Amino acid sequence: MTWDWQIFLTDDGSGRTYLEWMLEAWRWTLAVAGSSWLVAMGVGAVVGTARTLQDRPVLVKLANAWVELFRNIPLLVQIFLWYFVVPKIIPAFQQVPGFVLVVFGLGFFTSARIAEQFRAGIQALPKGQRYAAMAMGFSTWQTYRYVLLPMAFRIILPPLTSESMNLLKNSSVAFAVSIAELTMFAMQAQEETSRGIEIYLAVTALYAMSAFAVNRVFAFIELKMRVPGFVAASTGGGH
Amino acid sequence: MKKQLLAVAVAALACVGAQAEDTLAKVKASGTITMGVRDSSGALSYTLGDGKYAGYHYEVCQRIIASAEKAVGKKLDVKFQSVTSQNRIPLVQNGTVDIECGSTTNNAARQKDVAFVVTTYVEEVRIAVKANSGITSIAQLKDRNVATTTGTTSVQLLRKHERANGIDFKEVFGKDHADSFLLLESGRADAFVMDGQILAGNIATSKAPADFKIVGEVLNVEPIAIMIRKDDPAFKKLADDTVAALVKSGELAKIYDKWFVQPIPPKNTRVGLPASDATKAAWANLNDKPAEDYAKK
Repeated sequence: MTWDWQIFLTDDGSGRTYLEWMLEAWRWTLAVAGSSWLVAMGVGAVVGTARTLQDRPVLVKLANAWVELFRNIPLLVQIFLWYFVVPKIIPAFQQVPGFVLVVFGLGFFTSARIAEQFRAGIQALPKGQRYAAMAMGFSTWQTYRYVLLPMAFRIILPPLTSESMNLLKNSSVAFAVSIAELTMFAMQAQEETSRGIEIYLAVTALYAMSAFAVNRVFAFIELKMRVPGFVAASTGGGH
Repeated sequence: MKKQLLAVAVAALACVGAQAEDTLAKVKASGTITMGVRDSSGALSYTLGDGKYAGYHYEVCQRIIASAEKAVGKKLDVKFQSVTSQNRIPLVQNGTVDIECGSTTNNAARQKDVAFVVTTYVEEVRIAVKANSGITSIAQLKDRNVATTTGTTSVQLLRKHERANGIDFKEVFGKDHADSFLLLESGRADAFVMDGQILAGNIATSKAPADFKIVGEVLNVEPIAIMIRKDDPAFKKLADDTVAALVKSGELAKIYDKWFVQPIPPKNTRVGLPASDATKAAWANLNDKPAEDYAKK
């Protein structure tokens, strides 16, 4: 086995090198993952919170339906549905760019999982916190905004870290809707160059680096937001 | 991601086991020979389900294995190993697969790693469009959506064509051929650029074959051949001689006809692609030249 890393500096036929192409593909991966993360966090937080509301049965049912719908269908199938099936029913959908489709497809899929984490975080809090807020005369909005969510968010930071790293890796499904991201680059470039091992190693390194960067950012947030005596991130003790 | 990981793992194994070996001695000792096959490479090699395979190259390989049985003087147990375009070369190199009967393009880069039996099929890259689209040439595809499949040489071909002629396509990539054809069928793409036999096969099995047609100039010509290990002259000679004998007796043309013109299982559809002049030329003048030599002409 001989290595041939020079392959990254050769022309791919359109005037750019494979290295330039790979970095461009990396940007697409980060763009897809970053945008989907915003969608997933936004929708996930709202839906997850809605699942814990005390006196809104309709809202709770709707949120449950959302979670079950997006959690029970495989990701690649969801992307496929958005791309091929929905435009059959609503022709206007054909005009939506693949990037937007995959950002919302991936975002909604992950939002179902993040919603579950938010629900778990809120339900993990002692009942007394909600009662205390009510006793203070807080409205539902205020109860969540000032009492429940700030604590719940801290509790779920570790699973949220994993979920965000997963999201980055799941962004590889974007190749199915013709986004020129890292996985597509790997599949295509290894065919063109016949140097699959070098290409896959480089792509693996980029994925690992990106996921690890997400991990470090979250670890930093966890450290900065820690409430002394509550969930201690580093010592492993709860309350 | 699984497939890619597998490819890397397999390739890592290949580093250890990659060395020249005598295939005939190996199959004689073990009594088995492993044929690499594809799940869906048009009529060249495809699965019928149930671990059964069929196709033009599958059948040619059966003949080569029959010759090998004669050469080693005993009946061989034929095993099948499904391969993908990612893992086929490492699997041949490390000895998992003894003879790969799929749709592998013979090119100079691959000849560094493996050897090819004389070319048995010459692929022409063509354009499929909807019959009512009025498109008849690649020049008309400027600024239109052009579909092709990720992980094929057609992607690079389009890119080079854009640069050479200063025109711009909006490329859309299907993750496999069925996906790319769906792009054309659903109107997301105006054309599907791919190997002629894959286009013909997809059109033949579509809901309304009359709605599609293959048009325009031949964009590229590629020799497709059966792949074997490098530096194994005895086995290469046996395989080459078998193909030469099939050509001489006219049997190769009959086998071609059986898979590309007659109805084929499992659905009894026809690919409808009589042997092209380029394929006939390859039979008349058997050789294992790489694709680069074809481009020069």
